[in-house]
Amino acid sequence: MNLEVSIGKLRLKNPVMTASGTFGYGEEYSDFVDLNSLGAVVVKGISLTPMQGNPPPRICETPCGMLNAIGLQNVGLKKFLKEKLPYIRNFDTKLIVNILGSTVNEYVRLASALDEARVDGIELNVSCPNVKKGGIAFCADSRTLGRLVSKVRKSVNHSTLIVKLSPNVTDIKEPAKAAEEAGADAVSLINTITAMAVDLKTRKPVLKNITGGLSGPAVKPIALRMVWEVSRTVNIPVIGMGGIMNAEDALEFMLAGATAVAVGTANFINPSSTSDILEGIKIYMKENKINDISEIIGGLLIDNPDD
Amino acid sequence: MLHFKAEIKENIPVSKNHYLLTFTPLAKTPVPLPGQFYMIGIGNSCDPLLKRPFSILTKSDDSIRILYRIKGKGTTLMKEMKTGTVINVMGPLGNSYPIPKKKHTPLIIAGGIGIASVFYLAEKLKGKAIVLYGARGKHELLMLDELRGLVKELHISTDDGSYGKKGTIIDLLNEFHVNDKHLIYACGPKGMIRAVSEFALEKGLKGYISLEENMACGIGACMGCAVKTLKGYKRVCKEGPVFNIKDILW
Repeated sequence: MNLEVSIGKLRLKNPVMTASGTFGYGEEYSDFVDLNSLGAVVVKGISLTPMQGNPPPRICETPCGMLNAIGLQNVGLKKFLKEKLPYIRNFDTKLIVNILGSTVNEYVRLASALDEARVDGIELNVSCPNVKKGGIAFCADSRTLGRLVSKVRKSVNHSTLIVKLSPNVTDIKEPAKAAEEAGADAVSLINTITAMAVDLKTRKPVLKNITGGLSGPAVKPIALRMVWEVSRTVNIPVIGMGGIMNAEDALEFMLAGATAVAVGTANFINPSSTSDILEGIKIYMKENKINDISEIIGGLLIDNPDD
Repeated sequence: MLHFKAEIKENIPVSKNHYLLTFTPLAKTPVPLPGQFYMIGIGNSCDPLLKRPFSILTKSDDSIRILYRIKGKGTTLMKEMKTGTVINVMGPLGNSYPIPKKKHTPLIIAGGIGIASVFYLAEKLKGKAIVLYGARGKHELLMLDELRGLVKELHISTDDGSYGKKGTIIDLLNEFHVNDKHLIYACGPKGMIRAVSEFALEKGLKGYISLEENMACGIGACMGCAVKTLKGYKRVCKEGPVFNIKDILW
């Protein structure tokens, strides 16, 4: 059975990855998952200097989902390279580092440092809804996004360059095309959907940040639609995510066109979700006599409208 | 194993709004320390989605007990869980209450459901602790008989005066003659913890508080349960739930 997939230069041993911001720096989950079994680990977004994040409350549950407004709290590039990177390097999995900045220059500096450190992949976070930095500004306008991606592209020679897209746009195909034209090796989608919750008793927003990003099963149908639209539009691989809780969800994303999938919120509910999903994919392939995972990717059957 | 299946042995009401849940892990799990917590999965649908954190109340040879208050969607469904049901549990998680040195007299201050966090500590301190326990009324004073047998002294207040001294636990604390031998351990509503912390700082007392926050992962990955401390934001699930009484910025 072949589970290998390619994302740019990256050969992943299987299509199951973690979604940035839901898996810490990998070490938090090592008690629950054999990190060696995963296709790739995408670590929490890194900025040039440490960020303290937003004031609490930062999260709340909503029907079949959750809101978060963490505000990209992270240890910063220096500490990441020194303290977090060596740990995750011990494992036989691909390492993708999500990065965020508030200026083009910040993204470029982060990307070159990580490229030099030979991380396998760099994911540009241009779609966090909760902070100005790493924020939506870059994704809202496709020309701005294109300029950012081409600048970063020039400083990345070894790592695979992935652009993470925001669903909070009118037409997600536009930033996807802009990323591809500017030289991205792949796009990943979706980031969380901007949303809010209100507490009727206190008459206040539940989150201190007022709005947050919605994730979990509630967003899955939207994510599937966007993955399908984008994968028909661009020729680079699409990494699909948004409410993937089990192997069936993951396979649906792959049918819709995702070459690989990332598991996010599910890690919070079941810390071994990623390995459970991988096992489920293997069982599905065996039961359906599928020898190569590539047979599933983009394999959505659409009836001819004339039929 | 930190993530395991467990079978419910008992899930019974102990007041109008409080239940006692006893479960037996179906795998070998680490021995919990006072102040640690478990994340409990409720039902098998996506609503409620997240596991809920609960302090350990007591531990016997083969089972773990938690005390919970019916507060929202999760706990409302939780009280319907039947004996024999298999649930998903993670834990024990977080840090624990540091054990007092010989020179110290542990002074436990519990407000309302906060008793669920400090009860196990009182038990472990084997009759050495002085406990101040406050609730809104007599009907919300939980585990009282069990507590009596575990502690050196027990002082009680109720807001409505239906049991013990009439007033808040802070009134009770103000009347209690503290000295620098007392080491505080406090858990309860945020307002109460804050008042206890301010009291401790003013009197120059040392101690620990246990905090509660909304949690998603429970293991330090999501950064959702952060609280502001002198050293920046810290995670209640990882660096906590027990913090030094001096460290929290209110």
